Amino acid sequence: MSSGIRLELNGIAKTFPDGTQALKPTALDVAQGETVVFLGPSGCGKTTCLRIIAGLEQPDPGGRLLFDGQDMTGVEIEHRNVGMVFQSYALFPNMTVSENIGYGLKIRKVPPADKARRIAEMLALCGIEALAERRIDQLSGGQRQRVALARAVAIRPRILLLDEPLTALDAALRERLRTELDQLLRALGITTVYVTHDQSEAMGLGDRIVVMKQGSIAQIGTPREVYFEPASRFVAEFIGAANVLEGELSDGALVLPGGRLSMPQVTIGAGRVSVMLRPEAVQLCATDGASWQGHVQSISFLGDRQRATITGAADQPLIVEVPNLSSLKAGDRVGLLVDPAALRLLPD
Amino acid sequence: MANRLAFSLALSLTVLTAAFLAVPALMSMLAGVTQVYARGISSGLTTDWIVEVWRLYSDTIWRSIAIALMTLAVTLLIGVPLAYTFVVRPSALTRAINELMTLPLAVPGLAVALAMLQLYGGFSEFRRSSLFIVAGHVIFTLPFMVRAVAATLAAIDIRTLEEGAASLGAGPLRRFLDVVVPAAMPGILAGALMVVTLSIGEFNLTWMLHTPLTKTLPVGLADSYASMRLEIASAYTLVFFIMIVPLLIAMQLAARATSRKATSR
Repeated sequence: MSSGIRLELNGIAKTFPDGTQALKPTALDVAQGETVVFLGPSGCGKTTCLRIIAGLEQPDPGGRLLFDGQDMTGVEIEHRNVGMVFQSYALFPNMTVSENIGYGLKIRKVPPADKARRIAEMLALCGIEALAERRIDQLSGGQRQRVALARAVAIRPRILLLDEPLTALDAALRERLRTELDQLLRALGITTVYVTHDQSEAMGLGDRIVVMKQGSIAQIGTPREVYFEPASRFVAEFIGAANVLEGELSDGALVLPGGRLSMPQVTIGAGRVSVMLRPEAVQLCATDGASWQGHVQSISFLGDRQRATITGAADQPLIVEVPNLSSLKAGDRVGLLVDPAALRLLPD
Repeated sequence: MANRLAFSLALSLTVLTAAFLAVPALMSMLAGVTQVYARGISSGLTTDWIVEVWRLYSDTIWRSIAIALMTLAVTLLIGVPLAYTFVVRPSALTRAINELMTLPLAVPGLAVALAMLQLYGGFSEFRRSSLFIVAGHVIFTLPFMVRAVAATLAAIDIRTLEEGAASLGAGPLRRFLDVVVPAAMPGILAGALMVVTLSIGEFNLTWMLHTPLTKTLPVGLADSYASMRLEIASAYTLVFFIMIVPLLIAMQLAARATSRKATSR
């Protein structure tokens, strides 16, 4: 199967007629076969960016969109050979599953025998052979999602574009389809741009994640990079749960209401800083000799773990993850142990 | 007990109302197959009057059908793309056109006809042909087609469906024929039945626009009421009913099928 194209965005921006700038000038380079996920809250410009890549929106003058170095900026969507999966799936209600999957092939005048073979291939690939002759209104949400994907992939697109493809499904199904989708994308090895507001989807699917905020890119990195080394407070708080500690830096330690946190890696100066600390990076210990302490305000049991809210340690209540067997209870005074490597200084 | 009384009352009221409307129509149709109306049914039943109507007025029946079909063709060609534009690219212009288009429904047909005569009366070839009546009927029926199709298209996400087709390589015309038209089909069907029914029954405009050589069925009907014996006029009414009732039933069925489809979603 084709491995798609290298995608480049050079100064791509979008200003809507009412003057709102949905996307600020953006540069991005997606390698051949790579899966890049645009992640951000609604209104961050991720869908606009995807629609520009698809050809459903025109970027502002000056921006350039390249497929394998070839300028596609003014090319109509129907001539771009992109596979697109929509949040609402956009399946044709007047056609069967097979006809939907074969529609792009019909347009391309693929000979009937080849077309039938390719449709069968796609049905098998997505595990929907039994649905071939069904009408769209007879399908469940998950089945529709698979048909939409099969239809997009059937045309052997140069790039696969998915706009919140799992958002319309319930949580359990979303989880299962995400795993399937990941395997499928790996098997196809096609260049893919995936848009979502769900960070666990982004983590699970992306080779790289592009975190977006208010029309511009907040950070580009692998899932590990954006999780462990967020470039800003926004990224830290948007990806997973994060405690942001604000305190004075002095003598290689962060001074907080509940004590001192050693930060030997920080060599530069002193002053007020913001530091990210993930809930799972904190260990609770006895108060004896602990340099950082706090009070347990509340505990919520989550099954596989417990989540404790600690007050008095920092300006804001601190969220900490605790093993599920721990007999910690509200009101306990605890010591807090942190590996200095888990502390990440956030730029302001 | 009280319930049953209320039900009986409601039922009798319904039956009475229906009878009030249906009996004159039935009487009229019956008159069309009665030998001599003044003497009543006892004078015997006959199909002579229907044969006579056919001899005198069959051309008006064919012409009405032809005009209705031509009106339908024009309203489809103009109305479906227009409805699509209204739904997909709404703007101040489309709203203005929509309002203007509905205006002839509020203005008496006679006034519309007069305006048409003043404006196009000079083009005598056009004025004398049935096409002149078709033009009048299009003005009158177009809003019904546009409304029906636009309502259907507005109820679905037609824009995304079209984007889906575009991503698969379909150009604008292809998308319109493969995706928009099938999606609009329930509305097109409802609109088409409406247009044909309205066109066949239209009298106001047509009476002003017709020439002695372009009489339609309702105009012929008025003519026969005015100048023929009652039995012939009644037989003519019968013929009109036979033509229009199946259309009305089809319209009901289409509307029901559409609403069922909408609720099953």
